[in-house]
Amino acid sequence: MSNRLRYIRQSLTAAALAAALATPALLSAPSVAVAQERGGTMNIIVQPEPPLLVLGLNQQGPTQTVAGKIYQGLLTYDFNLKPQPELAESWEVSPDGKVYTFKLVKNAKWHDGKPFTAADVVFSTSKMLMETHPRARAVFAKCEKIEALDDYTVRFTLKEPFGPFLQSFEVSSAPIMPKHIYDGSDYKANPANATPIGTGPFKFKEWVKGSYIHLVRNDEYWKAGKPYLDDIYFRVIPDAASRSVAVEQGTVQQTQFNDIETFDVPRLKQLPNVEMTTKGYEFFAPLSWIEINTRNKPLDDKRFRQAMMHAIDRKFIRDKIWFGLGRPATGPVNSVTRFYEPGVKKYDFDPKKAEALLEEAGYKKGSDGTRAKVKLLVMPYGETWTRLGEYIKQAMKRVGVDVTLETTDSAGWVNRVSNWDYDLTFNFVYQYGDPALGVSRTYVSDNIRKGVMFSNTMGYANPEVDRLFAQAAQTNKDEERQQLYSAAQKILVEDVPVAWLLEMEFPTFVDKRFKNAITTAIGVNESYDSVYMVKK
Amino acid sequence: MTAAVITPSRRGSGFWRAFARNKGAVLGLAFLLLIVLMAIFADVLFPTSPWDMTAAPFEPPFSEDALLGSDTLGRDIAAGIAHGARVSLLIGLTSTAVAVLIGVCLGAVSGFYGGWVDDAVMRFTELFQTIPNFVLAVVLVAIFTPSLTSIVLAIAIVSWPPLARLARGEFMSLRSREFVQAAVTTGQSNLTIIWRQILPNSLSPIIVSASLMVATAILLESSLSFLGLGDPNLMSWGYMVGAARTVIRQAWWMSFFPGIAILLTVLALNLVGEGLNDALNPKLARKGRA
Repeated sequence: MSNRLRYIRQSLTAAALAAALATPALLSAPSVAVAQERGGTMNIIVQPEPPLLVLGLNQQGPTQTVAGKIYQGLLTYDFNLKPQPELAESWEVSPDGKVYTFKLVKNAKWHDGKPFTAADVVFSTSKMLMETHPRARAVFAKCEKIEALDDYTVRFTLKEPFGPFLQSFEVSSAPIMPKHIYDGSDYKANPANATPIGTGPFKFKEWVKGSYIHLVRNDEYWKAGKPYLDDIYFRVIPDAASRSVAVEQGTVQQTQFNDIETFDVPRLKQLPNVEMTTKGYEFFAPLSWIEINTRNKPLDDKRFRQAMMHAIDRKFIRDKIWFGLGRPATGPVNSVTRFYEPGVKKYDFDPKKAEALLEEAGYKKGSDGTRAKVKLLVMPYGETWTRLGEYIKQAMKRVGVDVTLETTDSAGWVNRVSNWDYDLTFNFVYQYGDPALGVSRTYVSDNIRKGVMFSNTMGYANPEVDRLFAQAAQTNKDEERQQLYSAAQKILVEDVPVAWLLEMEFPTFVDKRFKNAITTAIGVNESYDSVYMVKK
Repeated sequence: MTAAVITPSRRGSGFWRAFARNKGAVLGLAFLLLIVLMAIFADVLFPTSPWDMTAAPFEPPFSEDALLGSDTLGRDIAAGIAHGARVSLLIGLTSTAVAVLIGVCLGAVSGFYGGWVDDAVMRFTELFQTIPNFVLAVVLVAIFTPSLTSIVLAIAIVSWPPLARLARGEFMSLRSREFVQAAVTTGQSNLTIIWRQILPNSLSPIIVSASLMVATAILLESSLSFLGLGDPNLMSWGYMVGAARTVIRQAWWMSFFPGIAILLTVLALNLVGEGLNDALNPKLARKGRA
């Protein structure tokens, strides 16, 4: 490192130095010709405090980030969502797309010294996760049988081809749990839950509730020479302003997801000691939208919904409300998720076009200049969404639609939206790397389920869209899936069941001394076995 | 028949003279009039809605299209203050009116009848007094979803107990006076005695504390809006300060000017209240005249 620094220092001005360090360092591949030294302690914010760390039993965001260092999945995914080896060193798919065979690494050990074998994989995917992990259950329920061919080979046989099967093996989707600890026990009441045992590069050491979680280096980790860090502390800091201060003062070396409020991001970006990246969330790929209850007048009219798309300036929302974080969304699939279709109908910011559409739909201006009245239930997720509500109100007023804002608390919001008691509201959902896992659920008509949140709460039903999504999930030929998803996206964008706003980005701030933090599509939930600290 | 101590005309001129003797009160009144005028003519001064994005975001004060600067979304702070004056005054006045109505009615009944009625009403009042004002207001607004009506009612409900106690005290001391006893012997009904004999004579302290209560109500409304419990469709000063809090390092003017507006209005109301006290309190008035 010092050689490289000296070279840069000689050849570049101070300003260029800052720029040069800012861009590549955080994302640089492990191949950079720098000695990766042992040692160092990393302090990472965890917010809110997870209820427990056994990833098989709890998959909330903060749990994933901490337990992702303790447990591992068979695969992980690069930034383009291509599968990468983790506990599985190689895999094969049969031509008919129904049989998946994974070769496991042979030298992995559980933190208590027991060897990791195929039996653990079979137990996790066919027994434990089926009971405790809703997202895994939906995937592994499609298996006819899961069997261990030998100690280091596992074979999954599917009832019928399932396109996103290979996208379902990262650590939070299918964490491999130790059979010798959990088999035959009451999973949730197992006393070992207090001291999680995984195969990952870091071992659980201590948890002081309300303060920190301490993980230490696993000296017998199966990747030789790794990990580099001695330990990781996850610090619980419930107050947003204090989290920003902790970054400014350098007492924590990493924050992720919503830890830093959007309005603090421009300020923290200027800090000399940290670097910001928005990479590492490709697997989650959150997409935000105005959710439209298509049962209610005037929202049942497609032209009215299209007019909304034209009336709203999504660039303004990105720049002024999200302080530059995110990309204006073009449709139902986030552009970093697989099978994104760019060739859909474009809705430019054009109030005139919006007014023309409203005119055409028969919503004439009344004597007070109002064409229609709708209510907007503002999502109670903090100030940014409140600002967004105020913006939408004004933007819609400009085209003659009177929007009344309503406020509520989180429980009230979930209750009202899931029971269809709203006109407009905001929402954002994760896409989990594949349209069949995170996109179709919001648009297919058999997911119109009263009382269930994050389902098709808009009440949108289109048999053609249902057919395309169903067919695309049941094949594993990528070209065929792309065609089907492209067709579905074109129909959805024309119909506007929700008014897509932003492909959201989360800021990750990492101390510049720590390298290799964000290397895959699951970013901060990665094992961190290749993270190292540059000592000055 | 009425036993007013001073005749109306003399009382009027004496009132103004006493009030004007307090320079601060006159200043407060002048400023208050200014605020009222601003509220009345907000639509003339700033014809567009205060929610409209009329300037570039984060324009500093004294820039071309935003005299006092603009906020996160490019809304004019000056327009917000002018329109916000309406909401603040409206909520301050109506909630005080409601509080006076509740407080005086209960206090009058309690003080006039005494006995178990007094006990019952006072225990009821204490029930409200034991719960911290602001907490109760937050709970009420949160339960009934924030809207103009729910905010006015919540502020009224937390503000009436002191008025009830005040009215009760006045009624208790006045009901044993000769003019009340005279009214009783002439056979006037209780309602007439309360309404036409005692109430007019106990109004002075009630007016004084009501004027101060307007100031408290404005502060309460601002605090609720600051916490995001204001009516989301109405621009108010508290909302402006609350929305500015998160960007205070980038744009001090967003919270500074509405904050000043709240400060000055509340100060003016307090000065006026003090002036009223000087003018209406018979003890002070006599001292002044001597």
